[in-house]
Amino acid sequence: MRCVFVYTSTMDQLDFFRPTVLSVTALTNYLRELLETDDVLRDVWVRGEISNFSQPRSGHLYFTLKDSDAQIRCVMWKNAAYRLNFSPRDGQGVEVHGSMSIYAAGGQVQLYVDSMQALGEGLLYQEFLRLKNKLEQEGLFDPTHKRPIHALPKHIGIVSSATGAALQDMLNTLSRRLPLAKVTIAPSQVQGVEAPASLIQALQALNQINDLDLILLARGGGSIEDLWAFNDENLAYAIHNSRVPVITGVGHETDFTIADFVADLRAPTPTAAAELATAISINDLAVTLQNARSDLTATIEEVIATRSYALELRNFDLQRLSPLQRVNNAIQTMDHLRERLDRSIGTHLHKAQLRLANLSSRLETLSPTAVLNRGYAIVTDAHSGKLLSQASQAKPDQAVELQFIDGKVPAVIQASLKETE
Amino acid sequence: MTEQPPINYEAAFAALQEVITKLENSELPLEEALKLYEKGKKLSDQCAKLLENAQLRVSTLGQAENDTEEAL
Repeated sequence: MRCVFVYTSTMDQLDFFRPTVLSVTALTNYLRELLETDDVLRDVWVRGEISNFSQPRSGHLYFTLKDSDAQIRCVMWKNAAYRLNFSPRDGQGVEVHGSMSIYAAGGQVQLYVDSMQALGEGLLYQEFLRLKNKLEQEGLFDPTHKRPIHALPKHIGIVSSATGAALQDMLNTLSRRLPLAKVTIAPSQVQGVEAPASLIQALQALNQINDLDLILLARGGGSIEDLWAFNDENLAYAIHNSRVPVITGVGHETDFTIADFVADLRAPTPTAAAELATAISINDLAVTLQNARSDLTATIEEVIATRSYALELRNFDLQRLSPLQRVNNAIQTMDHLRERLDRSIGTHLHKAQLRLANLSSRLETLSPTAVLNRGYAIVTDAHSGKLLSQASQAKPDQAVELQFIDGKVPAVIQASLKETE
Repeated sequence: MTEQPPINYEAAFAALQEVITKLENSELPLEEALKLYEKGKKLSDQCAKLLENAQLRVSTLGQAENDTEEAL
């Protein structure tokens, strides 16, 4: 014992210079003891606004109770929650009763709620409605102010957290739907007190880019407080005054912020915003291009067909006017002439025949037979057949033939010529 | 690879449409029509290539341009 004492004593001397060290569990247990034995904390009413409300399958309710300066985690077990006569929701003002304790595993001091009463509209929600009404009256939500969204943006600006999943979601969607586009990111804080100014600055920076077609203003899902920067009045004016059209995609489907109302187009989520930003996708472009290519081919085919038809007509003309045709015509003319020639030569022959007959008949009148007809006879030598036209030609005993009109008679010359005195 | 003129999709597609309109609307000399057709084919090939090879170019404001230009 003594030895131990000495040892401890040495330690005590060292401990004189350093504080007592507790384990985390010991500290937590000590705190719990304090909290659970405090008369105020073990039976307390608290007024605040619900946020980060969630009700998992277990049926227990988890939420944060807050006011403008502070917040505290709350749990309401299933059996207590079962007795509630309303459905708690974010932004709702409530009065709760319960006891404070500590959730050791989470290191969180929290209020274990056993009953809860609604207080009507929460303060944040009231502020939201007030601002919404004000801006609506000023005409910031006027549909006539909504600008059309470029269906095929070449350059898209994004205002979002540089590290959020929302940014990746948007980039993935843009990359899938319209990889032709150029994207410029203006990183911004998207929650906390600095967020509105940061968002405004990012919007204005993007507005400096001349060829920017569109701005996506987006943030992933979160509690109503997380999204609160998007309910900022100055941000509303900045969106309203943006030269470049703005599409918002803040939180989830059910979240509506002032920014959504002022924007030219509101998308339920960041991904949906990226989809709305690319009304015409690369697939649409491919279809349109395919149609244009068909048009091009059809048109040139028609051009060629038209030319081809015109060529056919000219060919026809050419055939009609060809020299061959003239040659054929000439042949026909020649045939015709030949026919006329034949006909005319026939006439000539006929005439000649007539003339010949005429001459023949005239000749006939001069023929010796005509003389014979009149009773004369022709004397020819019987051997030589020579005509004896002179008496001196006749010799005695010469055989002759006498040609009468009706036949020949042989004869002999009796004597030679007797001179006529 | 042959060097393509630096042209964006919209410009190439607009040029293609112009070529088609010209081909459709006028009594062009055949030679010219064929030239236009060839030009149209080239433009449409170029468009198709741009679509095929398109990659999202992302840059972030406030950082050096060259460092942040990235294709997804």
